[in-house]
Amino acid sequence: MAFLNWLKRHLVVIAGLLTLGYLLLPNVVVTVFSFNQPKGRFNYEWQEFSTAAWTDPCGVADLCGSLSLSLQLAAWATLGATVLGTLIAFALVRYRFRARGAVNSLIFLPMAMPEVVMAASLLTLFLNLGAQLGFWTILIAHIMFCLSFVVVAVKARVMSMDPRLEEAARDLYAGPVQTFLRVTLPIAAPGIAAGALLAFALSFDDFIITNFNAGSTVTFPMFVWGSAQRGTPVQINVVGTAMFLIAVLFVVAGMVVTNRRKRQKA
Amino acid sequence: MKTTQNSSGDVRLTGIGKTYGSFTAVHPLDLTVPEGSFFALLGASGCGKTTTLRMIAGLEEPSQGTVSLGDQDVTHLPPYKRPVNTVFQSYALFPHLDIFENVAFGLRRRGLKSVKKQVDEMLDLVQLGEQARKKPHQLSGGQQQRVAVARALINHPKVLLLDEPLGALDLKLRRQMQLELKRIQTEVGITFIHVTHDQEEAMTMADTVAVMNGGRVEQLGSPADLYENPKTTFVANFLGTSNLIEAEVDSRSGEEIVLKAGDGKLVLPEARCAAPAAAGGRVLVGIRPEKITLTHADDAGQIPVGRNRITGKIAATSFIGVSTQYVIDSSVCPEFEVYVQNVERDARLVPGADVVLHWSPAHTFGLDAAQDIDAGVEEGAAL
Amino acid sequence: MSTLTEAEAPPPTAPVPTAKPARRRGRWTPYLLLAPGLIWLVVFFAMPMVYQASTSVQTGSLEEGYRVTWHVATYWDALSEYYPQFLRSVLYAGTATFLCLLLGYPLAYLIAFRAGRWRNLILILVIAPFFTSFLIRTLAWKTILADGGPVVGALNSLHVLDVTSWLGLTAGDRVLATPLAVVCGLTYNFLPFMILPLYTSLERIDGRLHEAAGDLYATPLTTFRKVTFPLSMPGVVSGTLLTFIPASGDYVNAELLGSTNTQMIGNVIQSQFLRILDYPTAAALSFILMAAILIMVTVYIRRSGTEDLV
Repeated sequence: MAFLNWLKRHLVVIAGLLTLGYLLLPNVVVTVFSFNQPKGRFNYEWQEFSTAAWTDPCGVADLCGSLSLSLQLAAWATLGATVLGTLIAFALVRYRFRARGAVNSLIFLPMAMPEVVMAASLLTLFLNLGAQLGFWTILIAHIMFCLSFVVVAVKARVMSMDPRLEEAARDLYAGPVQTFLRVTLPIAAPGIAAGALLAFALSFDDFIITNFNAGSTVTFPMFVWGSAQRGTPVQINVVGTAMFLIAVLFVVAGMVVTNRRKRQKA
Repeated sequence: MKTTQNSSGDVRLTGIGKTYGSFTAVHPLDLTVPEGSFFALLGASGCGKTTTLRMIAGLEEPSQGTVSLGDQDVTHLPPYKRPVNTVFQSYALFPHLDIFENVAFGLRRRGLKSVKKQVDEMLDLVQLGEQARKKPHQLSGGQQQRVAVARALINHPKVLLLDEPLGALDLKLRRQMQLELKRIQTEVGITFIHVTHDQEEAMTMADTVAVMNGGRVEQLGSPADLYENPKTTFVANFLGTSNLIEAEVDSRSGEEIVLKAGDGKLVLPEARCAAPAAAGGRVLVGIRPEKITLTHADDAGQIPVGRNRITGKIAATSFIGVSTQYVIDSSVCPEFEVYVQNVERDARLVPGADVVLHWSPAHTFGLDAAQDIDAGVEEGAAL
Repeated sequence: MSTLTEAEAPPPTAPVPTAKPARRRGRWTPYLLLAPGLIWLVVFFAMPMVYQASTSVQTGSLEEGYRVTWHVATYWDALSEYYPQFLRSVLYAGTATFLCLLLGYPLAYLIAFRAGRWRNLILILVIAPFFTSFLIRTLAWKTILADGGPVVGALNSLHVLDVTSWLGLTAGDRVLATPLAVVCGLTYNFLPFMILPLYTSLERIDGRLHEAAGDLYATPLTTFRKVTFPLSMPGVVSGTLLTFIPASGDYVNAELLGSTNTQMIGNVIQSQFLRILDYPTAAALSFILMAAILIMVTVYIRRSGTEDLV
């Protein structure tokens, strides 16, 4: 009976942790299998422990090339989407203009559209224009679908910003440019950074839209997709694990730094 | 820092008004704030006081009229070119800068390179030297308020604008900061224009108070003048409490007006009547609760002649400590308020007792009866 | 993200009556700010839709080129040939969305109300998997659900597989290459998109409301039904949308974890466009999918009464 009561009180916690396990299980598998030494071409069954892949991450043809291409694409797409999206967010929050509803829909729709539809329609555009599929078409596509997410992230931040802060700056002898650079931009920065981070992650990990518009160019997700047909090298798991660890490391480091700063000041 | 008595530093508003579409926030008004004075704009929320202040700051462009500082017309100057600084409501301290950089902001924008000495001095003036490297959110409300004042004052503005600067503080801190601000103002001698909805705050701090209502200035004067000689029912009710009685002008004799209220007669000095008083016309007679003496009906014979008197019955009493407040039910005014100092308490003054209220005619004031008799009651009471 | 934006938010302030978005000066400024981004969206998002619509009513061949002939029959042909894939998409995506809600709600609730100082850590653990390419993580399910693996073995010995194969979800003692595997993958892939909006709206609920409900004679279950869940509706709505929409167009899970019998409409569009090169049919299918999604989303948003999702 005591156990039943305990179970009843902690049911939510247990269910939540089970879901968390479900979310993390594949990452555990990816990490474990990055130390595997598979017998065949596919890395789906455990054979024996090996660090071979970790010592030679670029040992598979094209893997590191596709990885570097994806990183470049993500960097440029982040830059483009962040600049364009931030401008839109500021216009939406700070100004009144005609056709606000239409503008809002145009920004909302790309987020409410299955990727395959955007991918297919963009391909028809490129085919009709006779564009050469490759780096530039991928970049165009990535900026397009990252844009809306940046707008949402930046808009939230700018909206929560006290308009009196900018008035205070103007009152304290800062002209429009100074006000923007010294007050508006620094305060909006966390929102812009969040938008940029999201854009980078979306672009780096995108497969469906890229797959349609890449031509013969191979990004990292496309390399993984191809390897699922041809054979999965262990190095894929190494890259996946490394990315996971680097991201967690960055986040934890950031948290430690802010915590320490808080403690010092308090 | 004080300059000689010329008009070179006065703030002059001429026919200044502001409309948003069809809504008039501020009706065209003229106002002169003498240099070096502590001036308060007092009114309930939405009365146009903040808009007026923002037009002086340059944060709002007036729909009409001009703003001048001394001889200079600044109407179309952007805020960053005006020698005017503002202490914002809830302070608007820059969250990403520390206290030092917040205070140094204005100096730096004007191109000063070495700001350290000035900022340190200013932080000492507001007793925040220790906190220079903290971020605003690490300070208490009172400290943030002082940073906001320091950030504005360090620029030596011709005029300091304060937009409800104490609204976010608790009562005790507010009292303390009122004295503090008054001290700073006396020390630096800069013109302060202070917007507030708190009549007590305006009266304790300001030399001159402008009471605003519905986008207009209702009355302008020293706090005592406004309190003793209200010109409108709004001022009478908004500043403190007033008993207003509807009366008919009976006759005039010399400098006095004799009025008929119910079956009694009241005398009102002509000089204290803000309304035209022709015989047969109607006037609102006002009297402040603390000016009234309360006498039990049995002792009515002892009341000196020449005093205004009204009879009634005590409806309720409440003991406040320094005084006792009575609500009297009388035929001319259903809820007459009387405050009596607790010097010698008359044990017979309990609810139900018949009493005579009497006061010196010199304390009586007269208002135009065409106004809403309850104007300003709720705005004043809500605070 | 919500933790990021709150970190340095200005102190809460009273509303400023004069803080209107309107500004006198610079009437053209908003248009200049909007122009680059909006032109991008018009040229690379809206115009492609038009091209796609036009392609869908063209006839011709790759060699001779295509011309607009208003051949609407393509739509009928596409629908009658591929309606099983359409139905499957709706069915799989719907089931995955439902499962996401079922699995995600407890976790979001846990983070919002019960996690205490573990809150940030759990949030990181929810987001962190994103940093490993989703294709790699989806491939990991091939290992997890492998024939004869521990998961399948356990399900088999518990006779769960007997039930699921009777329901047509699995085939024999296999999980891979069955609808169950595809739904499992979809649920896994889009679960964070459910958890995060749910968490955001749950986190806004004042904990004292639970106490107030308890004080007013509500049992924990009633409190949840009458207070917590209704207040989390915005999160439920955006979470289900963020899950259902991408899931219905997905073809990665069906391709990697399913078989030819589990193909969804995304697989068809993909192969028509990239392998078979029958552009009109592919465009028509894509157009139908878009229209269906838009109609469903509009009806759903209207009925749930939360129109401001942007």
